[in-house]
Amino acid sequence: MTQHDAGHVTPAGHDPQGTTPAHVPPTGLRAALTAELDGAARAWLDQALDEAAAHPGTHGPISVWELRLAEAGRRCGPAHADAARVLVLHAARADTDALRRVYSQGTADERRAVLYALPHLVPGPDALPLVEDALRTNDTRLVAAALGPYAARHLDTHQWRHAVLKCLFTGVPVDRVADLDRRARGDAELSRMLADYAAERTAAGRTVPEDLHRVLALTGTEPPAPGTADPHGKES
Amino acid sequence: MRIFDPHIHMTSRTTDDYEAMHAAGVRAVVEPSFWLGQPRTSPDSFRDYFDALLGWEPFRAAQYGIAHHCTIALNPKEANDPRCLPVLDELPRYLVKDRVVAVGEIGYDSMTPAEDTALATQLQLAADHGLPALVHTPHRDKLTGLRRTLDVVRESALPLDRVLVDHLNETTVEEAKDSGAWLGFSVYPDTKMDEVRMVALLREYGPERVLVNSAADWGRSDPLKTRKVGDLMLAEGFGEDDVDRVLWRNPVAFYGLSGRLELDVTSADATHEGNSILRGGA
Repeated sequence: MTQHDAGHVTPAGHDPQGTTPAHVPPTGLRAALTAELDGAARAWLDQALDEAAAHPGTHGPISVWELRLAEAGRRCGPAHADAARVLVLHAARADTDALRRVYSQGTADERRAVLYALPHLVPGPDALPLVEDALRTNDTRLVAAALGPYAARHLDTHQWRHAVLKCLFTGVPVDRVADLDRRARGDAELSRMLADYAAERTAAGRTVPEDLHRVLALTGTEPPAPGTADPHGKES
Repeated sequence: MRIFDPHIHMTSRTTDDYEAMHAAGVRAVVEPSFWLGQPRTSPDSFRDYFDALLGWEPFRAAQYGIAHHCTIALNPKEANDPRCLPVLDELPRYLVKDRVVAVGEIGYDSMTPAEDTALATQLQLAADHGLPALVHTPHRDKLTGLRRTLDVVRESALPLDRVLVDHLNETTVEEAKDSGAWLGFSVYPDTKMDEVRMVALLREYGPERVLVNSAADWGRSDPLKTRKVGDLMLAEGFGEDDVDRVLWRNPVAFYGLSGRLELDVTSADATHEGNSILRGGA
């Protein structure tokens, strides 16, 4: 255990600029972690990464690196757990099947680390079902982690637009959406969805999130008058 | 008053409860795995439940500034259902997870041979994983159940000072205390203990190794019972240090035996106004 005082709220593993372990190459992650961990945690990490590199496969009911993945929080502290887990996954050269297993058997924290690891480990779109699973949750930490560079590269347009809208609904800062500028640019349909959402908020007497105006500006398109476009079916 | 509720089934409670608990001083909880009222019919139901205890529920708790931990086990009641028993093979991969702070609730319901086996097996799992155990004592034939429980623990690899014996009352407290186990009391509106009797027991037996919980779940129960006990302790002449010991330091010491308590609440970094719970984006 690291602390006995309660009630202190800390952000989970990212800085305000939206940099996460998904954005930093593993070598950089390891250097940063090595500099920040205390002696015992650093020794644990070094050993965990050596083991993962030497025995990437499954041995017995559970591979040794999956055990390390499970205990990373209590070994390295919650602030460093995401980075430590991404490094373990990278050292074990986890492929899509392994990532799917670890995700489906993981705690929310382990699932988040798998999402952060995707851009480092999966070149193609094979792991998209994990991103889609995370986007279906209402755990905003998972939603945010799902929208990293891997989703920016591979998530289809319809799902990506809904993910952006979900960020606005649930208060995930759109800074967390990787490659937002590029994907939003010229997206008239996104612009229409944002304008409709703004109209819905206004009709209810609620404020429109600041981030909505930001994304709307990024689209660079003029939204149609609210409610004039055909809706694309309802999400349930 | 800082409060650690060492036994509460938050899966069955609302966000209003989380809000009221935080206002009352609750900053940490342990949610033991138990049955859900409706019997489960397969290990898959357990998996989804355990995953929720390690995913969605800590997220919900964090929205309200409460650190959530859990204990994992096959509960005694469902240990009697052969359809559920295979979940025992799934437990090891859950018992290695962060924030799993004990094996539990284990123990007896009807004191059947199947319950004997599940209890002994899971005490061994606790010893193997460096975890303490939360042991439920039965509602019916309680004193016999306690004695049989303590016998099984003594035959196990888990020392009694790593066992919390729960749902104690006037008839079971003395033998439980003499055994060297940690002593849990569930304070309920009707059954189990109430505040007045709890404070009387604290006066008679002292606060050492005593944990008080609400055990609030899907039945008639009150998640603020911990606070009510604390208030009555003060009114009856106990000092603030005694209250802090019973309602905070004792649970921290017991579950701290796992080495996995994380009392620093990690908030959902990306949530404003808690609205992902109030009205999710889907």
